[in-house]
Amino acid sequence: MKNILTVNQLTKKFGYLTAVDNLSFSIEKGNVYGILGPNGSGKSTTLGIVLNVVNSTSGSFSWFDGNTSTHNALKKVGAIIERPNFYPYMTALENLRLVCKIKEVPFSRINDKLELVGLLDRKDSKFKTYSLGMKQRLAIASALLNDPEILILDEPTNGLDPQGIHQIREIIKKIASEGTTILLASHLLDEVEKVCSHVVILRKGKKLYSGRVDGMLATYGFFELKCANEKALLEFLKSHSGFGTIKSDNGLITVFLEEEMNSEELNAQLFKKNIVLSHLVKRRESLEEKFLTLTENQSN
Amino acid sequence: MKRLLQIEYIKLWNNRASRVLIIAYFVLLTSIALIAAIKFDIGPVKFHLAEQGIFNFPYIWHFNTFITAFFKLFLAIVIVSMMANEYSNKTIKQNLIDGLSKKEFILSKFLTVIAFAVVSTIFVFVVSMVLGLIYSDYNELSIIFSDLEFLLAFFIKLVGFFSFCLFLGIFVKRSAFALGFLILWQVFEGFARGMLRWQFFDKDTTEIIMGFFPLNSMWNLIKEPFSRLSAVQSVANQIGEEIAVNYHVHWYEVLIVVAWTGIFIYLSYALLKKRDL
Repeated sequence: MKNILTVNQLTKKFGYLTAVDNLSFSIEKGNVYGILGPNGSGKSTTLGIVLNVVNSTSGSFSWFDGNTSTHNALKKVGAIIERPNFYPYMTALENLRLVCKIKEVPFSRINDKLELVGLLDRKDSKFKTYSLGMKQRLAIASALLNDPEILILDEPTNGLDPQGIHQIREIIKKIASEGTTILLASHLLDEVEKVCSHVVILRKGKKLYSGRVDGMLATYGFFELKCANEKALLEFLKSHSGFGTIKSDNGLITVFLEEEMNSEELNAQLFKKNIVLSHLVKRRESLEEKFLTLTENQSN
Repeated sequence: MKRLLQIEYIKLWNNRASRVLIIAYFVLLTSIALIAAIKFDIGPVKFHLAEQGIFNFPYIWHFNTFITAFFKLFLAIVIVSMMANEYSNKTIKQNLIDGLSKKEFILSKFLTVIAFAVVSTIFVFVVSMVLGLIYSDYNELSIIFSDLEFLLAFFIKLVGFFSFCLFLGIFVKRSAFALGFLILWQVFEGFARGMLRWQFFDKDTTEIIMGFFPLNSMWNLIKEPFSRLSAVQSVANQIGEEIAVNYHVHWYEVLIVVAWTGIFIYLSYALLKKRDL
């Protein structure tokens, strides 16, 4: 498969602080990637480096298998970093014309993209009169002007109201469904879980995980159980080979599975042993729980 | 190259403040023609400035380039703010992300500077030519087209000065502070001259050393033209003063300013390359 971006042992130091620490990953065409990490984990710095606005301390990166210079590669990339930056005194249309000139694409696409983000009727308003949500949408339109091979979004819903967040998500989903490769940096896990197929998880500039989202969540799930006869239940669970970690918290027993087992089966087995459950739920871990265990393990 | 100029054109022309200043600048360049209208008619005293010989070829090349060079301050504001605004709006970051290389970014600004200087020079040439053809006492072609090196000096002077402004805009990142810095630098050069003259060297050596300072070297390109006027000369002769100034544009003075231009543009590029945005 074609590599769009390859990052190789990238390191960035700001004085004593190491913002990005020996980071390597690669991005293949057609997937939707998420870069996850708490605030200050080096997401934006990493994106800044590959987008030619931050100088790396060491390491390298290459766009499109290294066949073009970075600035020419960026003409095939659409990117939004943190806040939408446009000329406040120019209208949306004028701003987009400028971007067209920089990216060397014809003006003819401007209207389509403005329509896509729902700003066509405000195209002649000055950028400074826009609300934050509109600014963010204009930034997306601008990033799409060159029909990019990859769209890079850094915290695209940051600071937006629920409606704005919803609009941006819808736009992202629409773009992803058209087969555009997307790289989404965020600390909002449900956002990443909803749209991404692959994740790179960072913490303090180090890579904790990189690979498929479902690979990361590939567990057999866990049961939440409640029972009057807690002691008997715990004994049964410990003796059974299919169960791993058991946690008991305020009468709620959480037990992680090590092999496939459905809830009817468990219920039937327990009933045979005269253990009657008052609560039985089978769940799978969410990305959030997985992420928190991953980052916690590393901090200890 | 055309693309880079178009990019800058969109940025500048849509900014109302820049547009007003640019228009004001070119109106002022043209307005030098108004000097011709200075006329006193008080009874027996008739004074018409245009007939004092200031519009004679080839003197007019010297006079007009000297006077109009003062208006460059208008464009200096435009250039400093076009650079500093890229930082305050963070659009420089977006430009680079959109696929403009750092080299192209500096080049687009430098090309704008060149364009301003070229248009200004053409303007001054046309205005002077028209004024000269109307008021000059000499109209032989060979006289008209002599001393044209003042136009070249004017062009080099503008490019050098604007490059300095460009560098200050990148270096300081705030237009008001950058302009303040420019004034501060002018004061510093005056101070340096005073110190050199007072503590170290005689008059001539001081002048030679000062000729290497950026603003002073630009100033040296076109010397003041007033003492060349026959009226002034005759007054000076009557009080027994001999005014002997070498008015010509010297190649080494041009070279110094060109060198400064190169240094400023290179430093701007180096600074942009080194900085994290």
